Amino acid sequence: MSLVMTLATRNLLHDRLRFVATLIGIVFSVVLVMIQMGLYFGFGHMVTTMIDHANADLWVLPKGAKSFEDPSLLEVKLRDKVASVNGVASVVPLVIGFSDWRIESGEVTPVFIVGVDLKADALRPWNVVEGDVRALSQWGTVAVDRTYFGRLGIKKLGDTAEIRGHKVKVAALTDGIRSFTTTPYVFVDQKEARFYTGTFPSKASDLIIRLKPDADRAKVIQDIRDRIGGDTEVLTTNEFRNRSRSFWLFGTGAGAALFAGAILGVIVGTVIVAQTLYSSTKDHLSEFATLRAMGSSNNYIYSVIIYQALLNAVIGFIIAGAIGYVVVRATERSALPIMISPWLVAALLLLTIVMCVVSGIVAIIRVVRIDPASVFMR
Amino acid sequence: MNEIIIEAKAIKKTLGRGAGEVQALRGIDLALRKGELTLLMGPSGSGKTTLLLILGCMLTPSSGTVTVCGTTTSNADKEALARIRRDHIGFVFQSYHLFPTMTARQNVQLALDIRGQHGRDAARKSHEALGLVGLEKRARSLPDSLSGGEQQRVAIARAFVANPSVILADEPTSALDGENGRAIMRILADIAHKRDRAVLVVTHDPRIVSFADRIIRIEDGVLADDKSEEGERLRLPKTASWP
Ligand SMILES: Nc1ncnc2c1ncn2[C@@H]1O[C@H](COP(=O)(O)OP(=O)(O)OP(=O)(O)O)[C@@H](O)[C@H]1O
Ligand SMILES: [Mg+2]
Repeated sequence: MSLVMTLATRNLLHDRLRFVATLIGIVFSVVLVMIQMGLYFGFGHMVTTMIDHANADLWVLPKGAKSFEDPSLLEVKLRDKVASVNGVASVVPLVIGFSDWRIESGEVTPVFIVGVDLKADALRPWNVVEGDVRALSQWGTVAVDRTYFGRLGIKKLGDTAEIRGHKVKVAALTDGIRSFTTTPYVFVDQKEARFYTGTFPSKASDLIIRLKPDADRAKVIQDIRDRIGGDTEVLTTNEFRNRSRSFWLFGTGAGAALFAGAILGVIVGTVIVAQTLYSSTKDHLSEFATLRAMGSSNNYIYSVIIYQALLNAVIGFIIAGAIGYVVVRATERSALPIMISPWLVAALLLLTIVMCVVSGIVAIIRVVRIDPASVFMR
Repeated sequence: MNEIIIEAKAIKKTLGRGAGEVQALRGIDLALRKGELTLLMGPSGSGKTTLLLILGCMLTPSSGTVTVCGTTTSNADKEALARIRRDHIGFVFQSYHLFPTMTARQNVQLALDIRGQHGRDAARKSHEALGLVGLEKRARSLPDSLSGGEQQRVAIARAFVANPSVILADEPTSALDGENGRAIMRILADIAHKRDRAVLVVTHDPRIVSFADRIIRIEDGVLADDKSEEGERLRLPKTASWP
């Protein structure tokens, strides 16, 4: 084994204080980037929960609808036109919208109503842990998520509250259906949803379409477009998901802010590592000059510096990874979980290495300007 | 006459720029031969270190040529000069320049490591080199725990381990007391005589002239009275012996 590693490791551990400072810099920057990107992916995932859990092949939306939560409406009578298209198995209108939830003490909190058509299997509460979704067919019953108990002022199945002045009873509880907006989702029967959101019977938010197994998707989309015309759009589930995501991430600037934070992290990290690596290299200049006098190639010296950079990267990354793990666990059940996929971990490792190696190259460029002979002229 | 290892011709060197410009060397001719220990003596600031670094291809002369083992260095770039040092030259400095975080053995082994020699064989050679300077028992010590004389012996082992044709030593004994200084000179003389290498020792130290085969004096960047050049070679008793 070459002594490059020994020399690099010893040099690194020799300057304890600087080593710790470097690690803090790397960890700070990697954790910052990790959290920003984890939030980005978590957010991107959260904004499509409803779309992900709808049983849909295609969506008919009012023209220009930007996301699932978009308040614009379309004509419910389109349903029959769409249903008559060859290849369409079912068409279910969806009614959603904001409303007010009043708890016994009189406090009011906004909620997001999702209408459920129990006869169809288009979109209904999932992860039901208590009660029964079928109970929603009774007037005045709701399904809510138990992680929102506090905000909704309830404690258990069977508790009551008021929506728009009408008494409702909790008939089913779900677990983990959370919105990235802080507004809780409340599932109610379709007819009640119209009532609570003030949607006329002639209107609906979207149409959820299922196709027959042998349907030619592209052709069906074209046929639906031809039949219902100008004021609507037909999207596949994937297209709708991407549109929702890009609206919330980029239409609102949230994604840009997260990216800006991540880039800032990279810059801060690189500057810190470059600075400490350079000052370390400068402190060991007489050693590098000695290696040069002994006849070592510049590549040998560079490999010592780069190896130091890599050691910094790997140790820093391990610490940052441990912190990231804790953060992921801690936010798992929050409104905005930080999601770190194996791909993100791999990308972060690569980023850390690139950051440290770039810093190492900066140190090298600055060090080669110094003439090693000057060390021996003193 | 012995084979010439390094030959310098009409060497001039200007150091610094502008108002701080100094003519450190003003036309020097010099040859170092196999089997010969040469002392280069002269007052402070006379250009000794500058000349040693030029002979060792660490500095390039402003004019003149240096030839090392038949290779002229005039057109060599920095990496080519490094290769010449790697192939032919070993340096020893007044302040040792050991790596403080590495053991004595690792310090010596670094000289092999940069030549691409790793592993057990390199470790064994390094041990042997430490043995030659009488330090096999201190192989695992860090430089800090060694005395000055011991550190300088490690530096010599390091300069010698890869079998260079010439050893260039800049005031190797100045930081040492008489006893240690003599021990160092004995080792360097043995390298010259028993191992048939060229050795150049820059020094102010009058205590060590007895080890020289040849003494060159430099003053203000020019050589004076090189006795050997006049054919009047020093005949000194070679009492030194390999430890
Ligand atoms: N970088 C430099 N710029 C300008 N002048 C320099 C520089 N380095 C050395 N000198 C000058 O060059 C001359 C020769 O220096 P050198 O170090 O070779 O002398 P020396 O004989 O080794 O002295 P000493 O016995 O003190 O080690 C001196 O006058 C010195 O001041
Ligand atoms: Mg000097």
